[in-house]
Formats: sequence, C-alpha cells, structure tokens
Amino acid sequence: MHMSCISVLFAQASDTPAAVQPEPSFFVDLNLDQVVAGLTAGRTEYQLKEYYRAPLPDAPAIRYRQQVFQDLERSDLRDRMKDFTDEMTHTRQRLKLATELRHTYQRERWQLAAATGYRDAVESLAVDLGRADLRSPGLVSFRRFLIDYTAGEAFRGLSTDTDLCDGELAGIQYCLQITGNRIHVTPYQGQADYGAAVQDTFARFKQGVVKDYRVAFPRYPEMNHIEAGVLDLVAEIYPDQFAALDRFSTNHSDFLHPSIARFDRELQFYLAYLDYIEPMKQAGLSFCYPVVDEHRKDVRAEATFDIALARKLTVTHPGTVVCNDLSLTGSERIIVISGPNNGGKTTFARTFGQLHYLAELGVPIPGRAARLFLFDQLFTHFEQAEAPETLRGKLQDDLFRIHTILDSATERSIIIMNELFTSTTLHDAVFLGTKIIQAVVELDLLCVYVTFVDELAALGDTTVSMVSTVEPHNPTTRTHKIIRRPADGNAHAIAIAERFGLTYPRLKERLTS
Amino acid sequence: MKPFLLYAIQDFDWVQPEPWNEKALTQDLDLAAILDAMSKGDPHLRDIAARVILTGLDDPAEIRYRQDVLRDCLAHPSVIRELYDFILETVAGEKKIHTFAFMRSSSAILGRSIKVLEFMQERLRALRIVAESNAEVFFSAGFQALFHTLTEELGEEYLKAVADHLTRLRFRCGVLLSAQLGVGNHGRDYVLRDPGPDPSRWKRFTQDFFTPAHTLVIDDRDEAGAQALAELKDRGINQAANALAQSTDHVVSFFRMLAAELGFYIGCVNLHEKLSSKQTEFCFPVPEPVGQMDLTTEGLCDASLMLRLGHRVVGNDIHASGKHLVVITGANQGGKSTLLRGIGLALLMMQSGMFVTATYFRANVSTGIFTHYKREEDTTMTSGKLDEELGRMSGIVDRLRPGGTVLFNESFAATNEREGSEIARQIVQALTDSSIRVFLVTHLFDLASGLHEEHQDTALFLRADRQDDGHRTFRIIEGAPLPTSYGIDLYNEVFTPHAAGAPSALLTGA
Repeated sequence: MHMSCISVLFAQASDTPAAVQPEPSFFVDLNLDQVVAGLTAGRTEYQLKEYYRAPLPDAPAIRYRQQVFQDLERSDLRDRMKDFTDEMTHTRQRLKLATELRHTYQRERWQLAAATGYRDAVESLAVDLGRADLRSPGLVSFRRFLIDYTAGEAFRGLSTDTDLCDGELAGIQYCLQITGNRIHVTPYQGQADYGAAVQDTFARFKQGVVKDYRVAFPRYPEMNHIEAGVLDLVAEIYPDQFAALDRFSTNHSDFLHPSIARFDRELQFYLAYLDYIEPMKQAGLSFCYPVVDEHRKDVRAEATFDIALARKLTVTHPGTVVCNDLSLTGSERIIVISGPNNGGKTTFARTFGQLHYLAELGVPIPGRAARLFLFDQLFTHFEQAEAPETLRGKLQDDLFRIHTILDSATERSIIIMNELFTSTTLHDAVFLGTKIIQAVVELDLLCVYVTFVDELAALGDTTVSMVSTVEPHNPTTRTHKIIRRPADGNAHAIAIAERFGLTYPRLKERLTS
Repeated sequence: MKPFLLYAIQDFDWVQPEPWNEKALTQDLDLAAILDAMSKGDPHLRDIAARVILTGLDDPAEIRYRQDVLRDCLAHPSVIRELYDFILETVAGEKKIHTFAFMRSSSAILGRSIKVLEFMQERLRALRIVAESNAEVFFSAGFQALFHTLTEELGEEYLKAVADHLTRLRFRCGVLLSAQLGVGNHGRDYVLRDPGPDPSRWKRFTQDFFTPAHTLVIDDRDEAGAQALAELKDRGINQAANALAQSTDHVVSFFRMLAAELGFYIGCVNLHEKLSSKQTEFCFPVPEPVGQMDLTTEGLCDASLMLRLGHRVVGNDIHASGKHLVVITGANQGGKSTLLRGIGLALLMMQSGMFVTATYFRANVSTGIFTHYKREEDTTMTSGKLDEELGRMSGIVDRLRPGGTVLFNESFAATNEREGSEIARQIVQALTDSSIRVFLVTHLFDLASGLHEEHQDTALFLRADRQDDGHRTFRIIEGAPLPTSYGIDLYNEVFTPHAAGAPSALLTGA
C-alpha cells in the first residue's frame, strides 16, 4: 500500500469521501444532528462532520473501524492517543505562531520548537505503539508505517537537525551592558553572579522566613522592538548558530508528514465518539459492536436506547434511561407501534433509525448485542409544521412526501414513519394507512410505523405489533417500555381522547385552571 | 546573627498564643502591679514583659542563663538603657524610609533597600562599638556571646564590603546582565553579573562619540523603547533586588528581636529600681529541677503588695523541702492570701529568670503554675458557685502535667463544710499522688485537720499569726490548724470602735 494511503478510518482509500456531503435529510428527525453537534463540540479544527455524513458501503469497511475502536477501548491506549493528539495540537499552535510573528528569528525558533515537539510526539508514539497489543488491521498497518517512517531518512534527518539546532541555541549565553540609553551586547565570558555575591554578604543576618520580593514579568509571544534589536545583535555575535537556524527553517519548512496529520485527524473521530459515550457507560448503559449483514434483513437489538436522549438524561435525570429490545425475524419487516401518547413510541422509532445509521459509521451502538441490516438509503417521515408556501394542506403534504419516499426507496432501504395522517378522520386514516403499509409490504423493506391506528398493526404476517406500556396501577404513568403485543383497541380510544386532552384527569386539570 | 539573650540557642517565640490561664494568673497573682512597674506606662514593654513572665522556663540551666544576663543589666543599667533607646531609634528610623505602596518594579525595590542599608551601616557600626567597649565588664554567657557576635560579624572590613556593594548597586556605570535564549528566542534566565575589577572600562561606553559594534541605542523620543529598556534592566536585577530586600528585612528583624529581648531586661531593671526605693530585699533564686519538691525561703515578701502599698511589708519564712503540700490556715486577714500570692509570684518570677523579693529563695521548677481562687457569684446564674468552681478545676486538670503546681485560695467553700472538705480532700489527694505540688489556703477545718492527720510527714502546715489581743502580725508561722479563724476579732472591730492596735492594718491586710 502506498504510504499516503494510510488511513485508520477507511480500509480502502477509495472509500474516502470525495467532497463534504450535505447533512442527510433524516438527521434532524432522528436527532442525529444533536449527536453530531455533541461529537464535534470543541473539535471544529478537525472538521469531523464529513465523516459523520458518509456511511460505509460494506461490512468489511464497518468491521475495519469497529476493530480500531476495540483496540482503543483498552484504556491505556486511549489515554496515550489523547496525549498524542494534544501534542499535535501544540505543534500546530507553534506552527501558527511561526507564521504570524514579525521577527524572522522568532518565527524560525517557533518552527524549530514545533518540529521538536512533533519529533518527540511521533517518536514516543512509535515506541508505545511498538509495545502495544494491537489487533485491528487499521492500527497495525499504521504502526508499520510509523515504524518505517521514524526509521526513514527524512525523519531521522529532521530529528538530528532539531537536536543540533536546539543544542546550538541553548548553548548561547550573552551579556547585555545597559548604560544610559544604550545596550551593548557581548558574549558571556564567565562573569560572576553578582546577586549571589550580595546575598552571601548579608547571609549572616538571616533570621527566618521573609517576604519574596521578586516581581513577576508577563510573557507575550510578540517581541517589543528592543528585544528584537537585542536578538538581532545576538545573532550577529553568534552567526553560526543562527545560520544553522536559518538552514533548518529552509530545509524543514514542511516537516509534518501528511499521514501523521491524517492520523491525528482520523484519531479524533474515534476519541470524540468514545468521549461522547463515556458518561453513558459510566451510568451503566451498554454499547456493543453490531453484526451488520448485507443480505439478511433479520434485525435484533437487546437493551437498546435512544442515544441522543440518553446523553441528555444522563446529565439531567441520571438512572432514568429506559432500554428496550427489538427484533424482526424471518419474513417480518414492519414494526407497527401503537399505544398511549408520550409512551416512548417516537423515541423507539428514532432508536431504530439511529442504530442502523450509527452501525454504518462503524461505531459502537447502544445495546448489549445487536444484529442489523446494511441499508442503502434511510427515509424518515415525521410530523412537520404546515408550510403555507407550498399551498398544500397537511394531509396533501403528508401524502406527497410519502409518495416521494416510496418512489425513491428500494428493497434495501429503511423507512421510518411517525404519526401520519393525523389531519384527517379516523376512517380516512385507516384507509390511507392501509394503502401505505401495502406499498411498503410490496417493497419488502424494513420499516417502522408509529401510529394511533391499531388496525394497521395486524395487516399481514410481515407486520409486527409493538405497544407502549403504562403502569398497571397507574395508567397515567408511562413506562416507556415498548413490547410486542397485539394492538389494544382500548388503548386506541384512550389514545385518541388523550390526543385531544379529553381523558378524565386531563379534563379535570383543564376545567379547574 | 541572633540576640540570644532570653535563650542560649533559640529565639523567643513572640507570636505563640498566650497560655490558657493567662487571665486567672494575672488576676489572682496581681501581675498588673508588677507589669506596671516594669513597663512604666509603655504598652509595648508591658506586652513583652507579660509574654516572657507567662511563658515560664522549666530548665534550671536556662533560668540561670537569664539570671546572669539580668545581673549584668543590674550592674550597668545606664549602658543597657542607652543601648535599648539606640535600638528603638534604629527601628523607628527604618520605618521612616518611605515605602511606596505600589513598589512593583525591581528598581524601586532595590532603591529602597539601598537607602535602608545605608542608614543601617552607621547603626551597625555603633552597635559594634558598644560591644567592644563593654565586653570586659559584662560577664554573663548571654552578653559575652552577643558582644562577641557583634564584634566578629560587624568588623570594619565587613562594613566596608557592605558599603562597596551599596555603591555598586546604584549602577552608576550601568548594569551588566547575562541571559540565554528561551521560548521563541525571548531572553530568559537573566542574571545580574559582576563586571569585574576594572569598572573604568565601562566609562568608555558612556561617551557619546564612541559607539562600539553590537550596540543598540534608544532614541531620546522613543518612550516605548525607554520603557522596554527599563523592563529589561528590571528583569536583570530582579533576583539581586530580592536578595537585597530580604537582607534588609533580616537586618531590621535583628534589631527588632534585640529590642524585644532587651526590653524584658529593661523591665526587670525598672522593677528593681521601683522596689529598691522601698528597701526591699532581693535575691536570685536557686532553681531546682522538676520533681525535686522543695520550697525554702526566708524573708519572702509579696512584691505586688509592696508596689501597691508603697512601703515594705512583712517577710515570711517557709521550709517546705520534700513537701508536696503546704496548707495555710488561720485568722482572717492575717496575711494568708498575701503569702499565697507571694509564693505564686516568686515561682513565676523565678521561672522567667528574674530576681525575687526575699533574702533567700530556693525551689524546684514546675511544668505549669495554676491558680484556683474563689470568684464572685456567676451573674448569669447559669451555674451555681460550686459548679463554677468544679468546672474551673476540671479545666486546670486538663492542662496539668506531672511536676505542676496549683495554688488554691479558699476553694470549694461554696457549700457546707463537710461536703466542701470531702471534695477538696479528694482533689488534693489526687494531685499530690500525681506529683503535683499543692499550696492551699483554707478555712475548712474539716479539710485542714484531716490533711494534718494524714500527711504529717509530706505536708507543711502554716497558720496566720494572731496575738492574744487579736492583733495580726501578718507573720505566718508553722502550726496545726485551729477550729476558729478568730472572726470575733473582726466582728468587734467593725461593730464596736477599737482604740488600741492598728485598725487600718486589719482592714487593709490580706
């Protein structure tokens, strides 16, 4: 493999996205936009968004990333990688100063410092990775590259040059004779430390601890013109050392190997995600590496949950995240979810979508174990505000949108629909819903359909009914547990009344306010 | 360089907190009179005296050390007073040298330190001269050591070296710094350097017509440049300015310490003078180690009483060698409390290294001196009198260690005699069994006679003297307790006019 193709995110260089994709249309519905915002917070310099918008094309590509995750999840390695990225950040900061400052020798010194930091970071990473127990092909091949690189001529040359140059400059000691408004610069010639002499003279009076009168001087990167002038004179007195600095600057103007830079960036993808899920793991929630099948549409997930919601709840209401199981086996394709409002139906539907999408990014997903399908497209149809400019009523809008989806979907797509046809009578809703389900059945694709229309739940052998449950003793309390069960007609009626705020408790509330 | 006048090898800790029973001791032993005489109205001296007296020594060798120093002071009071005034002047002089509140630059810090040290040079020289002139006639280990130190450490050569530094630190020929290259090629680790023995070389650089190579010249109108230059200089002299400022602090601190330690002896000299005018007998007590129970004294007078009355008072003899317990009973206002106070004061003064007002005094040192005197009724009415006394006693017990001394004055009398006696008996027994020395003034006959029966060999029983006609001599003599304290006499005195005798003495005596 050609050197510049080393990537820990993509097994094949050809998988690298050509351009930044726009945000997928289903992101907002599935709250994936919140997830990505959380992942990229504080890491804008790495421009990770494009990775999150590019799902992987096949199971091997997914496996490639999962294995890197598994290597990193072993704690030492993760911390070690974090240290490396911190050092790379410092290198970039120094390089920035090396372009921004005015004085040549300042710029060159910062460049040297950047190179030294880079050299140290890369060298010690090579040593540590050399010792580490790595199993992912991604990291193994990066390690191979790193070892070759650090043994190579270019790097060794950089290393020798930085040490030489650093050494030369560290060895400079100069004197300033300040008289009136003049500064005379000379080499240091072993003159004695006068402050120490003063201290010695008065040592006999030492009583106990006294105040520290040293003044603290502020540090700015920019030099004032006096400092700059002095530096120029020092350079005149020690021309060889500064010539070496000039040479270094010219020879090593571009020392950062692109593969290292790329690695640093791609590493952030992994570290960001692991940081994101850490609090949830601490709170006892499980994450797993799903098996993603390119052919079979059997889907399973144990103890899974909505990742965006869990992230929020872990902070505000720790311990309240409800996990659910889902499965579709054999010829089952459509999950129809019904039941009381606010029961977690939409959350469940979102989770189905999130799991599949995240799986295709190669990251660990919520749940104890999972088996998912490698979809080609993901469509969502969630409630949207009326758009007056389209001159369509809501129902018409719903139908229009679903028509577009059904047209574009293939048998390898996933569709998630949330509460369609609410702007019509129950009768029409049943009719339309049935039609849609039939169309979906014909396509044989995976679908989650959240509805208040119970009848749709029993439409065929490819549909599975799941119901959001309530506390048996306290029907107004939602458990947020969704379980397989035939749709409950009763629940339906209550659900409708609920939707209009016309159940007994709700009415009491409203009438007394 | 340390004064070492109060301790041979350590400084006196002036900031330690006052002992727990400071108030009780001061009140019960009437320390106020002593402190007033010592300080002559100077609150600073009063504070010093109080601290030293209340922080007693428990090592006879340390006591003798101080006694010797005091002997020297008493032999040469005018030298000591002059020296003390000189030191106070020095300390005041340093304060006058202006400290700018925002002394933020190293140059300003350096400048002030130079001024102070220039002032100090002369003072240090004068101090040495005092030491040189008096080394022959001060014999105590303390003064010998101090004068020796001053002579050795402040010789002319040294003071010249100091003067030389102070001149050079004004940097009239400019400043020489060394530096290295740090982050971003900024200068770092600025160190002030010694230009070498030939500063005239420098003079060349101050001449306008000669600008050697590698010289940066800041234009007169370049204000920012001038500021940058000043900052560069400050970086260079930072360490040296700090060293000098700290040294200045040390020198001033030395003078302050000397003033404080000497202040104690000044107080003693004042006290001595005041008491001498009343024909008092003095002696330097003989301190014995902790545990060797002894109190042997002749002609012991209560110093505070003498100061208040303005004339000599009756002296007493006590021979309590080997005795854990001294019980004092007898006629009202016969001098019992006076004696107890006299004993307490003498012990305190002995343990601070002072003289005592007796013709002879010998006693062992205590690990702590405590007083338990009767107090007025608790006005808050939160505890009965007995509660209050027992509470106080418990507090004392918390802090007592073997080798301590407790002085009781009419304790536990706030209940019936039988109960009070029993309580007191148990306490006294426990204390003496624990190697605590007890002095007890009491009217409780039950208690006193019980103790007399039990402790014939280990206790001394004293009684306030009363002549047959009721006249008090204020002499306390050895004698067993008697059932009556002759209250009749007092009753007669108050309720029927009395022609003969000295009625005022009856009413003003202890």
